[in-house]
Amino acid sequence: MNPTSEPVVEVSDLFRKFGDRTVIDNLSFTIHRGETLVIMGGSGCGKSTLLRHIIGVMKPTAGSVKIFGQEITAMDDREIAEVRRRFGMLFQSGALLASLSVGENVALPLLQHTDMSIDEIQETVTQKLQMVGLNGFNDLKPSEISGGMRKRVGLARALALDPELLFSDEPTSGLDPIMTAVVDKLTLELTKDEGMTAVVVTHDMTSAFRIATRMIMLGRGRILAQGTPDEIRTHPDPEVQQFINGEPDGPMPLNLSQDDHAHHPHVKARPLVSARRRFHHKMP
Amino acid sequence: MKNFLRLNASLLYWVFVAPFKGEVFKISPIFRQMVFIGVRATPMVALTAFSIGVTLAMQAAHSLQELGAEIYVPDLVMVSLLREMGPVLIAVIVIGRSGSAVAAELGTMKVSEEIEALEVMAINPISYLIVPRFIAMLIMLPALTIFGNYIGVFGGWAVCHFALDVTTAGYILRAIESANTWDLYSGIIKSAVFAWIIITIACNAGLRVEGGAEGVGQATTAAVVQSLLAMLVSNAILTSLFFFK
Repeated sequence: MNPTSEPVVEVSDLFRKFGDRTVIDNLSFTIHRGETLVIMGGSGCGKSTLLRHIIGVMKPTAGSVKIFGQEITAMDDREIAEVRRRFGMLFQSGALLASLSVGENVALPLLQHTDMSIDEIQETVTQKLQMVGLNGFNDLKPSEISGGMRKRVGLARALALDPELLFSDEPTSGLDPIMTAVVDKLTLELTKDEGMTAVVVTHDMTSAFRIATRMIMLGRGRILAQGTPDEIRTHPDPEVQQFINGEPDGPMPLNLSQDDHAHHPHVKARPLVSARRRFHHKMP
Repeated sequence: MKNFLRLNASLLYWVFVAPFKGEVFKISPIFRQMVFIGVRATPMVALTAFSIGVTLAMQAAHSLQELGAEIYVPDLVMVSLLREMGPVLIAVIVIGRSGSAVAAELGTMKVSEEIEALEVMAINPISYLIVPRFIAMLIMLPALTIFGNYIGVFGGWAVCHFALDVTTAGYILRAIESANTWDLYSGIIKSAVFAWIIITIACNAGLRVEGGAEGVGQATTAAVVQSLLAMLVSNAILTSLFFFK
């Protein structure tokens, strides 16, 4: 691990507004090769929105996002697709294709982006599913397995093309403690041994401190704290302490107002119905 | 409307331009969709077309018998079936069966982040999801229409044979003599246009779904209603272009 090596993701002066509300407020950070960056923060603080901006699904109001040194905010769909072949993404829900079996889901990126033979693909699929602790589930449909298993299949799919960079949105939520440890170990192995870079959004503090080489804590669209796990653990900000120790009382607001949720693409805020259109992701 | 036109433009690109740039779409998903849209619809289409054929023959017989011109029943069945009833009613069946299914399926994929996941895997959703359905529909709706025409003519024959004094030979002769190939072709052209309308409206409705199960339901209804209206209006326009000069 060499944090001084080349930057893989560079976010600078990123702003995103939905109407009058600023969801991402002047964020800047850099992720270097081989690092595992954990992004933490309360629900609705802009974590998933930030991730969506980094992978180019959403366009920022202002600012720049560079992946592998290329500016993703200025790219057309074809150029973004080129960059996306080099990274994997694990969605919060797994986002498996319901019409395909578990094996076919993992095989999908291989079928679409490589010239591997069917035998090679089958071998890779089995190997990737073994990595996440799933054997013999290849022929089941996503609807026939549990949520935690779906998430692990999603991870296997994200790793199918041996990406240089992995984005995980809550990789361990819904997993039992043992499987959480398995997934964490896998992330550690891939970053340490293969030089993969990982960006992990999580609520799970045990897992976060286990895998992180650096952590960012978001709140109200800003970076509240960033640093190594040790620096975060001893951070003076009471909000950070409240969050990492999971205390009910503290400076963090207990209830979010409806406006705080309005930016979430799957939550429709009633008073802001006219704002719905802005959440509509542009289809290529 | 803007989204609809954009979808059409990118569809045309992925079907006609991208293959020449080395991004050829896969053939096997097209066949899978052809089975869903076409093959599995044959029993319904056959029943519909048979009923139309029988109904047309009975209505024709009712009027023509008074004039003692029963022998012209096949003429009426053929012309109205090939030109209008066949393409329109089979399109109605396909809208109800496949248009709604496509909208609901794509809508569900949209709300469960599957389409976003495809994009992030650098798989274009238009090329991966829409193109197979588009091509399958463009092939299968005209095919179903031709199939339905046969069954409808058979229905007309059944009435003539069992209830009227028209012989089988007489029916076939009159049928062949009255209808010309343009009647058939116009019907096929119509059904190809309907196919385009049905599948693009259904896909557009599905891809634009927002807000969970409620949104999927609304999109499905919108797809059915809009494609029915668009289909009937375009049928009137096409009839006026083809036959009303």
